[in-house]
Amino acid sequence: MTQTALGPGTIYTETVVWAPPETYVNDAPYQLAIVVLDDGGRVTSRIIGDRVQIGDRVDFVEHRAGAPYFKKRL
Amino acid sequence: MRPVAIVGIGRTKFGAFPDRDLRSLGIEASQKCLEDAGVKPEQVEAFYLGNFAGPSFVGQNHLAPYIAGGVGITGVPTTRFEAACASGGSSFFHAFSGVAAGLYDVVLVTGVEKMTSQPTPKVAEILAGAGDVSGEGKAGATFAALFAMIARRHMHQYGTTHEQMAMVAVKNHSNAAKNPYAHMRKVITLEQALAGKLIAEPLTIYDCSLISDGAASVLLVPLERASEFAGKPVRVAGIAQTSDFFSLDQREDITSFAAVTNAAEKAYKAAGVTAKDIQFAELHDCFTIAEIMATEDLGFVKKGEGGPYVQQGCTLLGGPRPVNPSGGLKAKGHPVGATGVAQICEVTEQIRGAAGERQVRNHDIGLAQNIGGSGATAVVTVLCAV
Repeated sequence: MTQTALGPGTIYTETVVWAPPETYVNDAPYQLAIVVLDDGGRVTSRIIGDRVQIGDRVDFVEHRAGAPYFKKRL
Repeated sequence: MRPVAIVGIGRTKFGAFPDRDLRSLGIEASQKCLEDAGVKPEQVEAFYLGNFAGPSFVGQNHLAPYIAGGVGITGVPTTRFEAACASGGSSFFHAFSGVAAGLYDVVLVTGVEKMTSQPTPKVAEILAGAGDVSGEGKAGATFAALFAMIARRHMHQYGTTHEQMAMVAVKNHSNAAKNPYAHMRKVITLEQALAGKLIAEPLTIYDCSLISDGAASVLLVPLERASEFAGKPVRVAGIAQTSDFFSLDQREDITSFAAVTNAAEKAYKAAGVTAKDIQFAELHDCFTIAEIMATEDLGFVKKGEGGPYVQQGCTLLGGPRPVNPSGGLKAKGHPVGATGVAQICEVTEQIRGAAGERQVRNHDIGLAQNIGGSGATAVVTVLCAV
């Protein structure tokens, strides 16, 4: 599992999860998105902070428990 | 390859049955099927079981002989097939292959799932295991979340509305109310469907299929021997199982399932038909957007026109091409491993003209479409009257 920092990207699609799986019960509601990375490839990511929409630009924040976290570029 | 026919079907009612275990459901559907076909257990030459997650849901492994033995079937190959929500369709595909290739003459296929013994967050976690647990799973994706992301993109690219998705739910609940095997025989209104509890935006509880217990079975034989059996035969005119890259973030366009278009192309070719010949269909509406997408991927309408298609009433029970006369996964219920086999039961019963209150008008040729995960497996089957 790569833990290297990721570059910025653009939201391809997103949702806000209200009915989480058992492991993430305490996180809900949380936003999930597929981010198209500027450097190529796509990652399924968590979004923290402001909600994003399709087409929004996002910056990488960190990896937490194997998942990439992004935030909206303001 | 020799022609293959279905000569028996059997189903349990779908629902939440705290007093029933997985084995008793599998046995009931199997026995009803053998009875329909007029076949004794000792005549069965191979047993194919569709089951997604019995080991996780009820802690039981080695499920095929576990159920077959309970039916009185021993001394033959008994095998479980797992392909997420396409487990049933995949077991049917492989059973078909065995008969078509001439390996066996009398083959029983049973699909079963017992889901309601676990609380909903646990069910969501087990189902999420059909996705990429080391990728999208770690980000917290449920299946509802994956299909919600598909829905968002479909809305963005084609102008599909949540109201159109809700219309799928209203239609399928209306059909299920006419189906004695259905889990939820309750008519709902468009307002109710739109105002449901949010699961993964924009999907509400009414966009999601049900968590159900249930089983379904079919009996396959060579077409040339069909007249020896009691059940009215229906021909398996064409069938294909195909696959795709596993997760949504590995695909260029998530508003279409390549595995479905690919399987449909192959099944249509094998059956010598085109999309326009399909008179009715049982489609994999695990979420309402999935039914809309399926009508596009199967070529019933052009890409992006699935929303207007349901809105115009084209897929209603009395419409030009009924979709999910059974009530679909949405309202008939979705005991995962049983689903693909139950679709075949429904299409067979419709072609036999024996579907009672929910009988479709034109019923010579019907289709079943079953997908696994977020479209990494697809099985498409064309059935026709003999």
